[in-house]
Amino acid sequence: MDLGFDIVDLPATDHPTEGDDAPDFTRPLVSDEYWEDVSLSSLADEDPVLLVFYPMDGAFPATYIWNELRDRDFEATYEVTVAGLSISTPYEHTTFIEERGIDTALFSDPQNGVAADYDVVNDLDGMASVAEPRPAVFLVDTDLTVLYSWVADEWPAFPPYDAVEEALAANCEMKPLES
Amino acid sequence: MIETRSLVAVIVNEHAKTTSYRPAGSYLTAKSLPLSHPYGLPMSESAETPPITLYRLQACPFCERVVRKLTDYGLAYQSRFVEPMHSDRNAVKRVSGARTVPAIVDENTGVTMSESGNIVEYLDKTYGGED
Repeated sequence: MDLGFDIVDLPATDHPTEGDDAPDFTRPLVSDEYWEDVSLSSLADEDPVLLVFYPMDGAFPATYIWNELRDRDFEATYEVTVAGLSISTPYEHTTFIEERGIDTALFSDPQNGVAADYDVVNDLDGMASVAEPRPAVFLVDTDLTVLYSWVADEWPAFPPYDAVEEALAANCEMKPLES
Repeated sequence: MIETRSLVAVIVNEHAKTTSYRPAGSYLTAKSLPLSHPYGLPMSESAETPPITLYRLQACPFCERVVRKLTDYGLAYQSRFVEPMHSDRNAVKRVSGARTVPAIVDENTGVTMSESGNIVEYLDKTYGGED
């Protein structure tokens, strides 16, 4: 962003990058109808997964990110499964899915352990004992190899959507056109 | 629609007034994960989804009754949590024909069943080793 002033720089991290193994995890995965424990590896069983770490449901970046991803509708074009992850509870995810009009399933990780495993923790200033993931995007192959990664290095930040789409185009099959 | 045969009917009558079993007023019709989707928690290191799926509502005593029975028999199961709003439980209705929970789908036997009394009786007969 070019705002004419400095925002908060985030320290460098040791997050997985292209060619690394993405840490597997199991968390409740929330759809508009129910939630159940799902592992990243089972989600990536057939197609690569675009894992989107985003700020808690209700924060405006969450709204902006999912409006953009909804409108881009990557799953309509590429053989990829998009999944979000925030620290919000399954109940909040259910509301958020409805409000944003998305059909993307969202992982719920209130204790922020997945962000810790990926080294993308964002300790929130002014909210005692609350941490959440930095905005981050990982394209993970079916064997959990990282195909593409982007992690925010300042706060706030938004995913580079065009670069994400280029990564999808480079790594994922195109979906057949629906007749 | 509401189970009344349980010993905890009093609890559930309160439960019905406050959070659950509200009359339909559906506002949610978005797409959902297909029922046959491959997601599933590996209960062990194997990547297999347990053959029993339990549709449940958090803190629903009837659901906990079924959980207790499943645990007693050492049966692996996958929990799917639904919303308190009765009208938001179309996934359950597609499976069992009703929106009530608990409901189980047992792929070992092909049985799908609602109502905790029925489910407990079924589990006893199928896995209890008693006549």
